[in-house]
Amino acid sequence: MAMIRLEGVSKWYTPQFQVLKDCTLSVAKGEVLVVCGPSGSGKSTLIKCINALEPFQAGSIVIDGAKLPDPKTNLPKLRSRIGMVFQHFELFPHLSITQNLCLAQEKVLRRGHEEAMAKAMMLLERVGLTAHAHKFPGQLSGGQQQRVAIARALAMDPIAMLFDEPTSALDPEMINEVLDVMVELAGEGMTMMVVTHEMGFARKVADRVVFMDGGEIIEDRPTEAFFGSPHSARAQTFLSKILAH
Amino acid sequence: MNYHWNWGIFWEMSPEGTGTYFDMLLAGLWWTLATSALAWIIAFSVGSVVGVLRTLRSGWVVMACNAYVELFRNIPILVQLFLWYFVLPEVLPAEMGRWLKTMPNAAFWTGSIGIGLFMSARVAEQVKAGLQALPRGQWMAGTALGLTTAQTYRYILLPTAFRIILPPLTSEMLNTVKNSSVALTIGLMELTAQTRAMQEFSFQVFEAFTAATILYLIVNAVVTLAMRWVEKMAAVPGYTTGH
Repeated sequence: MAMIRLEGVSKWYTPQFQVLKDCTLSVAKGEVLVVCGPSGSGKSTLIKCINALEPFQAGSIVIDGAKLPDPKTNLPKLRSRIGMVFQHFELFPHLSITQNLCLAQEKVLRRGHEEAMAKAMMLLERVGLTAHAHKFPGQLSGGQQQRVAIARALAMDPIAMLFDEPTSALDPEMINEVLDVMVELAGEGMTMMVVTHEMGFARKVADRVVFMDGGEIIEDRPTEAFFGSPHSARAQTFLSKILAH
Repeated sequence: MNYHWNWGIFWEMSPEGTGTYFDMLLAGLWWTLATSALAWIIAFSVGSVVGVLRTLRSGWVVMACNAYVELFRNIPILVQLFLWYFVLPEVLPAEMGRWLKTMPNAAFWTGSIGIGLFMSARVAEQVKAGLQALPRGQWMAGTALGLTTAQTYRYILLPTAFRIILPPLTSEMLNTVKNSSVALTIGLMELTAQTRAMQEFSFQVFEAFTAATILYLIVNAVVTLAMRWVEKMAAVPGYTTGH
């Protein structure tokens, strides 16, 4: 059964400037989907449509029974059930690491402080940052901040996780510490949709790869098939460019 | 210049019969402080609300708030006080106008509200700038966690935005204190008005205005130091707002 289903999603600012064109795809429970494509192809916009951070003009999205667009859908509630990790981490700079992890647990899920704290410490241990619990985001490296951001999303017990280029803003030596956490998460059966250029990661953990260009989904195929013999010329060109070195 | 200096004038009784000239200045200082404090409370609260509303994605709300800011910051403060004090009671229904005119301490209330609203337009501008200085991702991150718009502002955007605009807000506080002197034109006996009264009674213009200058400097030095302390208290380890 599909956990996330997009049906003909289109987004435009003006009729001439269309950023998503009739995108249809589905993600099953426990599936890991990698979305790749040249910059400006609409990948980030597409995954931001899934938790309604970006509005769209046509089509529909269903996430575990909740529909978009639908005035009856409680957007904050829907968003709280989907974890999101951003390219630039977006930790809250004025809050300590534990406060970053507790805020939404307490304000959205109405968990008590003790419970939220216990969950935060458990997740910090999991991403290997217990020693930094009392620090502030500005005192951590990029890789550490991104691991905190993943922990912050997991603290909400999400049914699925969205990653928007989680390693693009990192120095090369920090990419792996973040990918390791993501690989582990995938291994535990988390439903994941990942926009990334890390093709090694895609090969290793993705069940399917979606290739986008010009706002369209050009290919949507099992990982092995995609890397073995991409059908489209555009995907071939893209792969040859990013795998050249 | 044939000026007769008399620094002892402050300890002489004023013809008002309420104490020495120094007491007169202190009474003025008290009104200056009260007017500045109330005006700042109004400026800060109204300005914050208007500033926040101007960053929402609702066309007519933004337009209405922009109109508010343009109206209050583009009319000279002197004209605004005259409008509130002399014109408003006349255009209101007779009963209400009479109530306004006979209200005790009318100059204080009108002055504080008038100066407060004038300053609120400037605070609104600062708050908006502070919020717009934040990366859009901060809003997204709060929203993506399921926080409502109000919660995102309350817990994430405003705490950071206010830290960024603390230095300009300090300037606005100092401006509020200085602008309180304009209220003398509607008859508020604040520090500048009392200083002029002292000069007229005693003819010791230099002594009177030296004292007023020093008192204003002390008040604003206290404001500046207090705000430095607030900045220090609000500083976040590893986070520099000047990036």
